[in-house]
Amino acid sequence: MKPVSGERKTRKRPLSGTGFTPFIIRRLLTSILLVFGVTFISFSITQLVPGDPVAANLGQSAYSDPEIVAAFEKEFGLDQPVPVQYYRYITNLLQGDLGVSLSSKRPVAEDLKEYFPATLEIALVAVFLALIVGLLLGIISAVTRDRWPDQIIRVFSLTGVSMPAFWTALTAFYIFFFVLGWAPGTGRLEPGGEPPPTVTGLFTIDALIKGDFQTFRQAFSYLLLPAIVLAIYAVGVLTRFTRASMLEILGNDYVRAARAKGLPEFTVIRRHVLRPALLSIITVAGVAFASLLAGSVLVENVFSWPGLGQYAYRAAVGLDLPGIMGVSMIVATVYITMNLLVDILYRIIDPQMKDSA
Amino acid sequence: MNLLTVENLTVTLATGSGDAQAVRNLSFNVGHGEILGVAGESGSGKTMTALSMLGLLPYKGKASGSIKFDGREILTSSKREYRDLRGKEIAMIFQDPMTSLHPMLTVEVQLTEHLRHHRKVSKDAARNSALELLATVKIPEPAAALRAHPSQFSGGMRQRIAIAMALACEPKLLIADEPTTALDVTVQAGILKLLHQLRKERNLSVMVITHDLGVLSSLTDRIMIMYAGSEVESGLTTDLLRNPRHPYTKGLIAALPGNSASNSKNLLSIDGMPPELGNFPTGCAFHTRCNYAKESCKGAIPEVTNLNSTHRIFCPINPFSEVTSAGSQS
Repeated sequence: MKPVSGERKTRKRPLSGTGFTPFIIRRLLTSILLVFGVTFISFSITQLVPGDPVAANLGQSAYSDPEIVAAFEKEFGLDQPVPVQYYRYITNLLQGDLGVSLSSKRPVAEDLKEYFPATLEIALVAVFLALIVGLLLGIISAVTRDRWPDQIIRVFSLTGVSMPAFWTALTAFYIFFFVLGWAPGTGRLEPGGEPPPTVTGLFTIDALIKGDFQTFRQAFSYLLLPAIVLAIYAVGVLTRFTRASMLEILGNDYVRAARAKGLPEFTVIRRHVLRPALLSIITVAGVAFASLLAGSVLVENVFSWPGLGQYAYRAAVGLDLPGIMGVSMIVATVYITMNLLVDILYRIIDPQMKDSA
Repeated sequence: MNLLTVENLTVTLATGSGDAQAVRNLSFNVGHGEILGVAGESGSGKTMTALSMLGLLPYKGKASGSIKFDGREILTSSKREYRDLRGKEIAMIFQDPMTSLHPMLTVEVQLTEHLRHHRKVSKDAARNSALELLATVKIPEPAAALRAHPSQFSGGMRQRIAIAMALACEPKLLIADEPTTALDVTVQAGILKLLHQLRKERNLSVMVITHDLGVLSSLTDRIMIMYAGSEVESGLTTDLLRNPRHPYTKGLIAALPGNSASNSKNLLSIDGMPPELGNFPTGCAFHTRCNYAKESCKGAIPEVTNLNSTHRIFCPINPFSEVTSAGSQS
């Protein structure tokens, strides 16, 4: 039996144990290694991409002056061989220094501190909405299989995954801002609005911390529409996936056995079906959250939302290598953190799982 | 009065090519404290018969006819009435204990959840009954077993847990769908012994579904043989196994290893395949594989022939009416 061999191992090497703490430590170590792997790959890709960052950042006349080009290259370390550039990048990274952006001429870390919370704020609201709506619709859809609620939900979820984000963003903005006037407009606050003192960088949270409910209401009303637009795709994905994995679990012998016990249908669904189904739903939810960040590029541009998406767009167009690297680092860290959370949730839902590491 | 009386039960299932009858005009009964064996090849409608007792037919399945349980018609029950019956009055054990126990729930939850729902007992009282139940089905260290998950037990132990689950609310009827098929031969005997003992101690009525005639001979009081959704022969176990009168029953018994009439080393088998759902032959469904079949067998649905007060067959020609003891049991 597995637990026996696990206990034996625990005595020898604590990190290979099957307990919860060794499991978390092990997963954290792998996660850190992964982040470094990501820096290597994204650094290599930015080097391989055709295009000269000097040309992209200096004007035509400055570019034709070899002295200015040399000074620019020296300032940003572009005159060094690539391995040296990477070595410098990593040693700086370990000190929390992500380099200086070629386009904004400010430290990338500062830029990210400003732009990332804005994206995190709509992404969190979006994923919260997507989880509630997606799970609920998926469960209703599976339970009413082939009857009218299921049919309607299936049409909606298919539409959700099929519509491109920029189109939903534009349409939603047109309808709710221009036609109906329900949405307040673009940006994070009304023009000239005073942002709350920065604690987390999330305006709604910061306003609450300060106790400023008026700013909270305003910030919330501004982020709601972009968050909903961002959530639509994830709602579609989660609904379809929840339905599919519920139906798969519903076909199991143990569900029939639970019904044969005369339990109320609600108990059968909640205890016997939803729990195993959640295991696979969580995986998809983790990936869906990370892909929200990708979707934010287009949505942020439509709503003039000063977030990571806009920053990434500018960095990419300007061949701003430190900027691109910074964004990749953030996105990779979010992906890896979501995976870590998913693994931990797995263990909480099914404590029998001993072997994932 | 019988505990269970089934009349003209017909089960219709939705298949890829339209509706098909899996059970056709089936009538039988189970007495108090009686063990009825239901036997037949795969696809003969045994499991669908069992599931219709519980109102648990698969997606889009429908049952018609009459099922009287304890003097009450249950086939027309509402979903709620069926739920109150399941687990509490009629309990079921499924074929494969590896898949019929929930992998993520502890044995305690699975043993007590229906007890707490039906009997409204406290958590502690339910745990105590669970301990007793585990002792009844001879699980070693019941207290430790309660905290364990099903994956920590062997197949035989899991089936014992499944039996304990079924007994939790002291049902009047236990339906066991192939309770030993997925188990090792050595473990099978223990489970059969347990079922026998439970019947004696609790005056439990049991309906055992199997395709294993060995299980039937050692466990049951009465046997019903099914073919293509219909009964072909039924009678007391001793009568039916010693003196089978339907060509199909005769074939089944002759096919048992060691029972072959020719006494050769070759195993006998019934030629051909059991008919597929939705494709049952007309008339006597067995005529396509029957050595005694005549032209008339294709036309008419066989009438019942009562051989004595308990033994009856459904054969249009009854070819062994003169023979008293053909294939005898070893």
